Amino acid sequence: MSDRTPESEAPERGWPLYEVFIRGKRGLNHVHVGSLHAADDEMALRSARDLYTRRNEGVSIWAVRASHIAASSPDEKDPFFAPSNDKVYRHPTFYEIPDEVPHI
Amino acid sequence: MSFDNVYESLTEENDARWAFGTGFEDPLSGVDATIPEDVDAADLAAYCLMLGDDALIFSHRLQEWCTNAPELEDEVALANIALDLLGQARLLLARAGRAQDLDGAEDRYAFLRDEQEFRNVRLAELERGDFGELTARLLVFSSWRLALLDRLTGSRDPVLAAIADKGVKEVTYHRDYAARWAVRLGDGTEYSRERLMEGMASIWPYVGELFATHPIERALAAEGVAVDPAELREEFDDVLAQVMLAAKLGAPEVAPAAGVSGRTGRDGIHTEAMGYLLAELQSVARANPEATW
Repeated sequence: MSDRTPESEAPERGWPLYEVFIRGKRGLNHVHVGSLHAADDEMALRSARDLYTRRNEGVSIWAVRASHIAASSPDEKDPFFAPSNDKVYRHPTFYEIPDEVPHI
Repeated sequence: MSFDNVYESLTEENDARWAFGTGFEDPLSGVDATIPEDVDAADLAAYCLMLGDDALIFSHRLQEWCTNAPELEDEVALANIALDLLGQARLLLARAGRAQDLDGAEDRYAFLRDEQEFRNVRLAELERGDFGELTARLLVFSSWRLALLDRLTGSRDPVLAAIADKGVKEVTYHRDYAARWAVRLGDGTEYSRERLMEGMASIWPYVGELFATHPIERALAAEGVAVDPAELREEFDDVLAQVMLAAKLGAPEVAPAAGVSGRTGRDGIHTEAMGYLLAELQSVARANPEATW
């Protein structure tokens, strides 16, 4: 197909990357499920529906351009995350949690 | 594990192995499958084959896009659409088999009939073109089928009504997918617009046939079982006009394709492409009759 595309009108190769988040039927939060390429937001949502909700997974989809996500860097792993390892008082271990409260 | 009812075999073990739960729904659960007494069973079977063959044959054409689509995302979308139509075909062929008291009807209808016994409209069988042609054909096919299924939900045959009800949700998405691509291509570059228009012109000769009423359709429509396709034209034209307006295109002006002595796909008269399609669809089943996995 592409051999018929005139040089001058050939589109810029590649669509931007989107990250996809799905909220499952069982409630909870939107969870990252994967990524896809799309020409714009609307196409990203449609493609996410086709790629990631084929097995009843979702009731809500978020798609966001990967370039819009601010991400922590693996190089900063120690200063970012290690200090929480020894601070047991940050965890709710000193009182009873009722059975009805899940996901803590 | 039983394959007689796929929904049961998916849920019989336990719910827990499915990360997102089951919630599978059998579209025909609770539907009375007896043939209504005052309906001619042979006519009903023939009508189910018409609608079933449309879905089966166009599904085959869509499956050909696997590994050929321009983007991975669209490949999955097209495979989903093809599978939706295959699901509709299975239910409709099974319904035809029930009306004819035929065992193993789905497979026998799909794999062991000859070309002139297929009742699909010729639009469904045309050879696969480029993505512009696909967009045009999917837009036309799904706009027409949605209008049809929408009315069929009121059928006096409860099974046809249930199949239509399931189909409406699916085909609504198919039409949405095609319409979005039509607007994207039509209102895109001069080149994308030209490709879409070429595709539209190549399938347009087969559009008139979609609205021609076969005697069986007329008889069953009078009894409230089937839909007279002639009634769909207005809605179809309306939908197409809206999409074409958004895509900044005009309706193509191409003469309709002739039938053979006025007979077309619904009468078993097909184009040259049909023989090749069936050869691919049926060769394995014919070489290994009644083979199972």
